[in-house]
Amino acid sequence: MGKKRFNVTVDRTICKACGICVAFCPMSVFTTDHDDKAVVSAPERCTGCRQCELLCPDFCITVVQVEETADG
Amino acid sequence: MGELHEKYLRMNKMPHIWCAGCGNGIIMGAFITAIDRLGYDKDEVAAVSGIGCSGRITGYLDFNTIHTTHGRALAFATGIKLTKPRLKVFVFMGDGDAVAIGGNHLIHACRRNLDMTAVIFNNHIYGMTGGQFSPTTFKNKSATTAPYGTTDPDFDIAQLCIGAGATYVARGTSYHARLLTDLIVKGAEHPGFSVIEVITHCPVNFGRRNNFESPAQMLLWQKEHGVAARKAKAMPLEDMEGKFTIGELYRSTEIPEYLEEYGRVIQAANEEKQP
Ligand SMILES: Cc1ncc(C[n+]2csc(CCOP(=O)(O)OP(=O)(O)O)c2C)c(N)n1
Ligand code: SF4
Ligand code: SF4
Ligand code: SF4
Ligand SMILES: [Mg+2]
Repeated sequence: MGKKRFNVTVDRTICKACGICVAFCPMSVFTTDHDDKAVVSAPERCTGCRQCELLCPDFCITVVQVEETADG
Repeated sequence: MGELHEKYLRMNKMPHIWCAGCGNGIIMGAFITAIDRLGYDKDEVAAVSGIGCSGRITGYLDFNTIHTTHGRALAFATGIKLTKPRLKVFVFMGDGDAVAIGGNHLIHACRRNLDMTAVIFNNHIYGMTGGQFSPTTFKNKSATTAPYGTTDPDFDIAQLCIGAGATYVARGTSYHARLLTDLIVKGAEHPGFSVIEVITHCPVNFGRRNNFESPAQMLLWQKEHGVAARKAKAMPLEDMEGKFTIGELYRSTEIPEYLEEYGRVIQAANEEKQP
């Protein structure tokens, strides 16, 4: 079974720095910058659960599956 | 933002006005996901809202929308459904809107059982006007109108609606966003008056005043206090102390839907007109 990989992006222009994605991502993919806005720091850890997409009140986050490697 | 937002939201009105971390955005996301799953055409959906932060949702949704007056959304919605029965009518209200000023409209809408779906944003406070307590604020909470803590017991909106005769009643939260989408889909499909109470959070006018340090902490509270209705049935009563049930709470198909009843009146009147 190949390991699924995901591209996670945050639209910084509309992020309101609420901290929800940082608190609820089970894989700690996000950190914050000097304005407390979300930064995607460890996308390789993303499992594609989409919790961040569902809970971001401002629809800033998109999670897209990028590739599937044959040998994992 | 993704395809769903571009399809169902008025993108020229984005970003929305709600405060950082407010639950309203999460509910709006769950709602458009439900509409997408239901497969309704945008033109056959009517969204009606009252006044409050929650009521602003109709400025953002790209359907037939009407932002009405405080507490009266259900009255407008009733008129819309009776005159245009083909429309799928959704009504958005805050806790103050639905059970304080609009409480009478709510109980009579439940009693009538007209085929509409009400989504009640219960953030336990008057958000828009600065944090006055509402009929759903828990006892001993702080509000601008209760600096020493509230003294009134709180209303259970879902139970109130079951008691008043609504035929589909569910409770979700902004934290359990996937469940919320499911509940809205089921409520919309139910032929009769459906109520989905959404336990949500106002970080600014409730949270800050009541020792919640962040919006995330308020979501965590929902996660820890919402108990699936099926699981709650098997739990001893004392374990449910301070908690609330989530999921589908009530459904009945025994009470006639109002349009059918009203249809008989239209038919009788038309027959009388014949020479
Ligand atoms: C007839 C009338 N009375 C009072 C108001 C002032 N008012 C605006 S919103 C609101 C309450 C808002 O609370 P809620 O319905 O819970 O909505 P929220 O802002 O929390 O979403 C009040 C009292 C009004 N707009 N109209
Ligand atoms: S999809 Fe899940 S794992 Fe990936 S960033 Fe979002 S919350 Fe984290
Ligand atoms: S949840 Fe959304 S608005 Fe909040 S910090 Fe994360 S990206 Fe920004
Ligand atoms: S005042 Fe409260 S309910 Fe209103 S937008 Fe701000 S956080 Fe949301
Ligand atoms: Mg409110």
